[in-house]
Amino acid sequence: MDLDVLFLSRFQFALTIMFHYLFPPLSIGLGVIMVITEGMFLKTKNRQYEVMARFWTKIFAVVFAMGVATGIVMEFEFGTNWATYSRYVGDVFGSPLAAEGVFAFFLESGFLAVLVFGWDRVGPKMHFFSTVMVALGSMFSAVWIVVANSWQQTPAGFHIVGDGMMARAEITDFWAMVFNPSSVDRLTHTLIGAFILGGFFVMSITAWYILHRRHVEVSKQSFSIALVVATIASLAALFTGHHQANTVSETQPAKLAAFEGHFETGPADLWLFGIPDAEAQKVHMGIAIPGGLSFLVHGDFNAPVTGLDAFPEDERPPLQIPFQAYHIMIALGMYFIGITLLAAFFRWRGTLFDKRWLLWVFVFSIIGPYIANQAGWIAAEVGRQPWIVYGLLRTSDALSKAVSAEEVLTSIILFTIIYLFLFAIWLYIMNEKIKHGPEDDVAPATATGGLLDTVGERAGAGGASLTNPHEDGKEG
Amino acid sequence: MDLNIFWFILMGVLLTGYAILDGFDLGVGIMHLFVKKDEERRLLMNSIGPLWDGNEVWLVTFGGALFAAFPHAYATAFSGFYLPFMFLLFALIFRAVSMEFRSKQEMKWWRRSWDVSFTVASTLATFLFGVAVGNMMKGLPIGADMEYQGGLLNLLGPFPLLIGVFAVATFAMHGSIYLYLKTEGDLQKRIHRWMWTTFGIFLVLYIFTTMATLVSLPSAVTNFREVPWAWVVVVLNVLAIANIPRAIYLGKPGYAFISSAATIAALTFLFGFSLFPNMIVSSLDPAYSLTIYNAASSQKTLGIMRWIAVLGMPFVLSYTIAIYWIFRGKTQLGKFSY
Ligand code: HDD
Ligand code: HEM
Ligand code: HEM
Repeated sequence: MDLDVLFLSRFQFALTIMFHYLFPPLSIGLGVIMVITEGMFLKTKNRQYEVMARFWTKIFAVVFAMGVATGIVMEFEFGTNWATYSRYVGDVFGSPLAAEGVFAFFLESGFLAVLVFGWDRVGPKMHFFSTVMVALGSMFSAVWIVVANSWQQTPAGFHIVGDGMMARAEITDFWAMVFNPSSVDRLTHTLIGAFILGGFFVMSITAWYILHRRHVEVSKQSFSIALVVATIASLAALFTGHHQANTVSETQPAKLAAFEGHFETGPADLWLFGIPDAEAQKVHMGIAIPGGLSFLVHGDFNAPVTGLDAFPEDERPPLQIPFQAYHIMIALGMYFIGITLLAAFFRWRGTLFDKRWLLWVFVFSIIGPYIANQAGWIAAEVGRQPWIVYGLLRTSDALSKAVSAEEVLTSIILFTIIYLFLFAIWLYIMNEKIKHGPEDDVAPATATGGLLDTVGERAGAGGASLTNPHEDGKEG
Repeated sequence: MDLNIFWFILMGVLLTGYAILDGFDLGVGIMHLFVKKDEERRLLMNSIGPLWDGNEVWLVTFGGALFAAFPHAYATAFSGFYLPFMFLLFALIFRAVSMEFRSKQEMKWWRRSWDVSFTVASTLATFLFGVAVGNMMKGLPIGADMEYQGGLLNLLGPFPLLIGVFAVATFAMHGSIYLYLKTEGDLQKRIHRWMWTTFGIFLVLYIFTTMATLVSLPSAVTNFREVPWAWVVVVLNVLAIANIPRAIYLGKPGYAFISSAATIAALTFLFGFSLFPNMIVSSLDPAYSLTIYNAASSQKTLGIMRWIAVLGMPFVLSYTIAIYWIFRGKTQLGKFSY
């Protein structure tokens, strides 16, 4: 592997987008939970919901800030590192990106101000409206960016003008570009992945509180809301993912073949796991359902599925990374379905919150949706290689000509240092916020109540396991 | 109207919106270390707390719109300015997280480090914007293939550096006037002195920059020959600048702020006007310059984008106004502040 501009630019893009993508799905997922919680507060006037709505908002602000800081990098990185690509796709691809700024980011950032700083400046209805707008704004931004990305997976609504190095795509049909064959599927799947993350995040924190007997009542409420979101989303991920795999089989057969380690066109097995080997043209140490892939794609165990052999060597994607990433995502998806259904069952029986082992499982399960979201993107993006725009422009032809390897190496080193540093600080701050917990004293408390609350809160924060009777079910 | 011209103007509008709005919050960042007490530093940060992100979106949208409307200009400029641009991105990252993280912990060293990072990042970002503008005015070594052919040092000539310093002075003044509007009491009295000092520095640099531009870049005035009414903007610019000290003196800081905003708008206009119809001037051969025609997307895309702008901008303006209205008045520290 040479440290050439190509490798370095790809590395840098992967690094910066994967770091960025730690935050957006949490913003999107937590946004949904905030809308539900605050909506419940408006409807029931139960202060416990307000306590939690405020707490999630504080966490959200810290997540959002990191999303913004790392997102700006992405916006300009097409120009800095992928200038040729930018010239090639600007006509088609720029408009969704501009639409994102105009329709999504302004909405998000404007209402975020009210959401975070506006609790005592606007009425509860207006505040709720702002929460809804921020949540919608973050989903809108996903719409446009995923449309742009889907276009480069399954281009549509364009024609090519010019040739050789001056060739570029020009738009012919805006709506065909927006609704290209994969955009709707991928958008729903991406949003669902974010909802799963939001749900598991909330469940992880509240399970921890319940285990430590802090903020128990409010935590149970939030846990239940998040459980509903996560259960529905986990089931939906399977459906949308399956549908998407079918689209991939039509639009990007080489990618699907890499996902499934399918070498020869013909009936295809479904590997549960394994280690594909491009040299030997087989999958080692795996277990497969014979004909499984044929069945999933065509509803027939013997139907032929296009294999890697249908493509010239230099148009085949890498094998190992997409295969493993894809299988990790699916395995985790199955795990989410299992664990949420189990918890929902116990919740229905009314015994969920006594099952300490299960709560502990939820405390640690938060890592799962993070890995699944990253793995999904890695599978989709590496599986697209060697194309940057599928079938039209190769990644190796898409670079900036004016940029040298030393320059990219310098920026990678700096990004790595800065991102590691920020990530450590972000974790520290999140940890402090979570340890501190929700402010149980939002209610206009009486003098003694207020004092007791404060003392209770201190005690709770200091000695984690101190039980404080005032914290549970407290009403101001 | 010719769609290419329409989009050139709209890029100018986005850039002006960005310079005026983010200009004051960058300015607050530049001045941040001049107050010492923790509470006052928090006041400064919170005066822009709800606003800065929305302001920065003007830059993001400018970037997206440039990509869509003039992809060649986007590609050439950002790949050509690679390293300075990376430093700009780092500065913007640090600015954002400094505000978010600073007041989350009590430790003195913690807060002090984020304070320094906030000021350094704000100053560096402003300076690099200025350097970029200076280079665009001066022209870049662009080859026949539209690619930048120089090295890093080409970008750091004396003229761009001067524009960088000028940008810092302008935003420092703009930010100080903004802070005067948002503060009260003793702090406000001290900020009153800042307004005078920063205005003085701005004025000296303004005169110096104008002379340097006229001497070293005669091409900057060619467009005035064809469109003489543009001199009106120059005159208005001078009047706006003159109105700043007058308004400060008369105790009408609101007018001073409007005047400094108008100054920034006029300067941005003059920058765009002197470039037109070029986007990036090639210093190697004028035939290689990127213009609003050869750098642009197809008419179809420009037309679609016009719809996006026409539909979107009213929303953008209405929430911007609503947010500024909700957070009007003096900054106060509360439970939800940074
Ligand atoms: C599925 C969703 C998603 C994906 C795939 C991406 N982003 Fe993102 N981005 C968001 C979802 C998001 C968000 C939820 O809207 C963020 C994250 C948290 C936040 O504050 O807004 C955001 C922030 C954010 C910002 C800052 C906006 C502001 O200042 O308010 C920019 C400029 C970008 N993104 C640009 C990009 C680019 C160029 C991407 C692709 C290469 C990208 N994002 C991938
Ligand atoms: C947030 C979700 C995304 C993730 C996690 C992601 C992940 C990745 C990864 C892992 C790579 C490296 C692939 C490799 O080097 O083999 C990559 C490359 C790339 N992706 Fe994505 N991507 C995301 C969204 C996008 C979007 C929205 C776009 C376009 C709008 C995009 C465009 C690219 C480009 C231009 C490259 C560099 C060229 C390449 O190596 O393929 N990605 N991405
Ligand atoms: C349970 C079964 C699942 C299946 C069958 C499935 C299927 C797929 C497929 C086929 C792709 C590639 C699409 C393409 O390249 O165009 C994909 C991508 C992706 N998956 Fe999944 N997935 C599943 C679960 C999950 C889960 C649980 C998450 C996250 C929590 C997730 C997150 C993602 C993401 C973020 C992408 C990249 C974006 C995209 O291409 O849509 N997936 N998935």
